Amino acid sequence: MPTNLQLNSEGKLKHFLTIEGLDKQLLLEILDLADSFVGSEDRRIKKIPLLRGKSIVNLFFENSTRTRTTFELAARRLSADVLSMSIATSSTSKGESLLDTIRNLEAMYVDMFVVRHGISGAAHFIAQHAASHVSVINAGDGQHAHPTQAMLDMFTIRQMKGDFANLKVAVVGDILHSRVARSDIQALNTLGVAEVRVIAPKTLLPAQVETMGVTVSHDLADGLKDIDVIIMLRLQKERMSAALLPSESEYFKCFGLTEARLKIAKPDAIVMHPGPINRGVEIDSNVADGPQSVILKQVSNGIAIRMAIMAMVMQKQEGV
Amino acid sequence: MEHILIKDGRIIDPANKIDHIGSVYIVDGKIASVTNEPAGFRADKVIDAKNQIVCPGFIDLSTRLREPGQSRKATFASETAAAAASGVTTMCLQPDTVPVIDAPAVAELIKDLAEKSGYTQILPIAALTQKLEGAELSAMLTLKQAGCVAVSNANQPIRNLLVLRRAMEYAASHDLLLIHRPNDVWLANNGCVHEGKLSTRYGLPSIPDAAETIALAQCLELAELTGCRVHFGQLSSRRSVIRLHQAKKYGLAVSADVAIHQLHLTEDDIVPFDSAYHVQPPFRSIRDKESLKEGLANGTINSICSDHQPLDLDAKLGAFPETEPGISSLETLLPLMLKLVDQHAITLERGIAALTQKPAQILQLDSGALTLGFAADICIFDPELDWQVNSGNWKSQGVNTPFWGEMFNGKVAHTLQAGRIIYSQPDIAN
Repeated sequence: MPTNLQLNSEGKLKHFLTIEGLDKQLLLEILDLADSFVGSEDRRIKKIPLLRGKSIVNLFFENSTRTRTTFELAARRLSADVLSMSIATSSTSKGESLLDTIRNLEAMYVDMFVVRHGISGAAHFIAQHAASHVSVINAGDGQHAHPTQAMLDMFTIRQMKGDFANLKVAVVGDILHSRVARSDIQALNTLGVAEVRVIAPKTLLPAQVETMGVTVSHDLADGLKDIDVIIMLRLQKERMSAALLPSESEYFKCFGLTEARLKIAKPDAIVMHPGPINRGVEIDSNVADGPQSVILKQVSNGIAIRMAIMAMVMQKQEGV
Repeated sequence: MEHILIKDGRIIDPANKIDHIGSVYIVDGKIASVTNEPAGFRADKVIDAKNQIVCPGFIDLSTRLREPGQSRKATFASETAAAAASGVTTMCLQPDTVPVIDAPAVAELIKDLAEKSGYTQILPIAALTQKLEGAELSAMLTLKQAGCVAVSNANQPIRNLLVLRRAMEYAASHDLLLIHRPNDVWLANNGCVHEGKLSTRYGLPSIPDAAETIALAQCLELAELTGCRVHFGQLSSRRSVIRLHQAKKYGLAVSADVAIHQLHLTEDDIVPFDSAYHVQPPFRSIRDKESLKEGLANGTINSICSDHQPLDLDAKLGAFPETEPGISSLETLLPLMLKLVDQHAITLERGIAALTQKPAQILQLDSGALTLGFAADICIFDPELDWQVNSGNWKSQGVNTPFWGEMFNGKVAHTLQAGRIIYSQPDIAN
C-alpha cells in the first residue's frame, strides 16, 4: 500500500486504512491521544467539542454490532453528527455502485466515512476515489486489515503490560481469513515486541506467513510457552463446510483455550479476543470470563481509540 | 501487379536463418525475393528501412478483442488498428466472445467483421465444448471448415477429465490443435493473485501455482493417451516449465507460450490494490519469472503471446478482487520483447522467432517467415526509438496496462499484411 495515500504531505494521518506504512511514533501518538480520552465516559458531561459540526457516515456493507456501535459512540463523544448506514452485501455493492454510493453521500457534504466492507481493498479504493476533503477510516475490509481493532488491542496490551519491548505474543486460530490478525501482527512488529507467534493448523495459515515477521506453531500446548499475551481469533462456522476443519469439537480439542492450557503461558498472561466469541469453540467460558481475560476491556478501549483516530484524521485534514 | 521495395534494412528471418542488411522485394502481395532484385522488378513504392529491422509480421496466439458482444470495451476496428501499430499481422481470437465461437456463423461473422476493419488478420479459435460449458463437444470439424485454426475452452473449466479426453480424441481425429490454458478451477478457488507473500500480506484470495501445474500434468497424460496435439497457453510457473521440459524430452507433441508481461512482472511489482495488475494467471514469484525466461531462451517455451485483453474503465474500477482481470498488451509486445534482449535473457533472433516462426509452426501456417511465395506479412521496426505509453501513442480502446506512463525502447515503423501497408508511424510515413 502506498503510504502517501493515508498520510498528507506533512506525514500526518489523512485516512486510516492499514497499519502498514505507519511508523512507531505515529502509533504511539494514537495510543497517547486515546489515553487522554480514557475516563471521559466517567464524566457527567461525556462530550468533547472537537468535531462539532462535522458529519460522519458509518458505511457498513457487512454486519457488525460492536465496531459500528463504538464508532458511533466515539463520534458522538467528539460532538460530530453521525449517521450509520447498513448496506446489505449483494451484487449491488460492486465497484460502480460502491463508487456511486460514495459520490452521493459526498454530495451531502460528509466529512468522513467509516467503512466496513467484505472485500479486501475496498477502503483503499474508496479513499482513492473520495473527494479530497473527505477522510476514510477502515473499519475492516475483507481479509486485509482492521487497523482500529489492532490499535485498541495495542492500547489494551500497553495498559496491562506497560511496554512492548520484551513481550511474546501468540495469535491463535484462523489467521488465513483474519483481518484482525494481519493488522495486529503489523502493529506488534512496528511497536517492537520480542516475538509474534501464530498458532493454527496449516489449513488456517496463509502461504509463507513467516514473511509477515512471525514464528509458526501448529500445536497450542507447545506454542503457548513463555507467552505474555494471547490473542484468540473467532472461528467462523463456514470453515467447516469449506473442508478447512473437520468439526468444532475437534478444533476445540486442538486449539481451544482452556484453563489447563492457559497455565502453559506465563502466569500473568492476558487473554484477548476481538469478539464475538464462540464459547466452547475457540475459547472455554471459564477462560473468557476468568481473571486473565481482558476481552471486555478491549471493547471499552475501542471507544477511546476510535475517538483518537477520528480526531487525528480530522485535525490533519484541517491543517490545524 | 504492385511492386514494393523495402531497402537497406537489417533483415532478420529466423525461419530462413537470415540476418543481414539488404532489401525485400514484394510482388503482388507476396515475397518475391530477399536481397537479390528479381527480374523485371520496378518498384511502385519504396520503403527506406535504414537503421531499422525488417522481420516477418508477428503472429499472436491469444487475444480478446471484445467483439462480438462487448464493443463497449473494444472493437475489431480499434484493436486491429492497435495490432497493426504493434507489428502484429495475424492474431488468434479466443472463443469466449458473446456469443461463443461454437457455431460456424459466429466464426464467419468474425472473419467478415475483421476483414472490414482492414487491418490485422484475425483467426478465430473454436470453442472446444458447446457454449464453453465444458460438457458437450462443439462441432469442431464444421468450425474448422469455417476457418477456425484450433480449439480451446478459453478460461472455462471442463466438467471432468472424461470430457477432456473425449474432446481431445475428437480433435485429434480431425487433426485439430488444442490450445489449453491449464488451470484447475477448484484449486484456483476464485483467487485473484499468486499465493505467496503478497496474498498473505494483503489478505487477497490466492491462486497456488499447483492450480496450473496439476492441470498441465493431467493434460500431458491425456495428450499421450489421445495423441492430440496440444499447445499450452500463458504458462506462469516454474514447475510448469520443468514439467513441459520433461514431456518434450519424452517426445510428446506439445508446445507452449508465455504472455509477454509474465516475463517482466512478479508479485513484488504489484502496486497493492492497483487493478491494472489484476491478470490471470497472476504474476508469480521472481523465481517463476526467471524460469519462464530460461524456458523461452532454451526453447521449452516456444512462443510469446500478448494475451491482449482490453477492458473499459468500469471493469477496472473497484476493489481489486472485484475487478476484471486482463491487460491491454498488444502495443507493449515488441518493446517488452526487446527489453528481454537488452537484459541478455534471449537473443534478438530468438525473440523474433518466438513472435513469428514459432507461432506459425504451432498453427501450421505458411507464414511467419520471409519465404519466397509467402504472403508479405512484414514488420519493420526501429529498435532504438524511445516512446512513452500515453494517450497520444495508444491505439487500443483498453488503457488497462500496468505500463501506463512508462518509457520504452523500440517502435514499429511500418506493418505490411499480404503486401498492404496497414500501418506507418505518422512522422515517417513515406
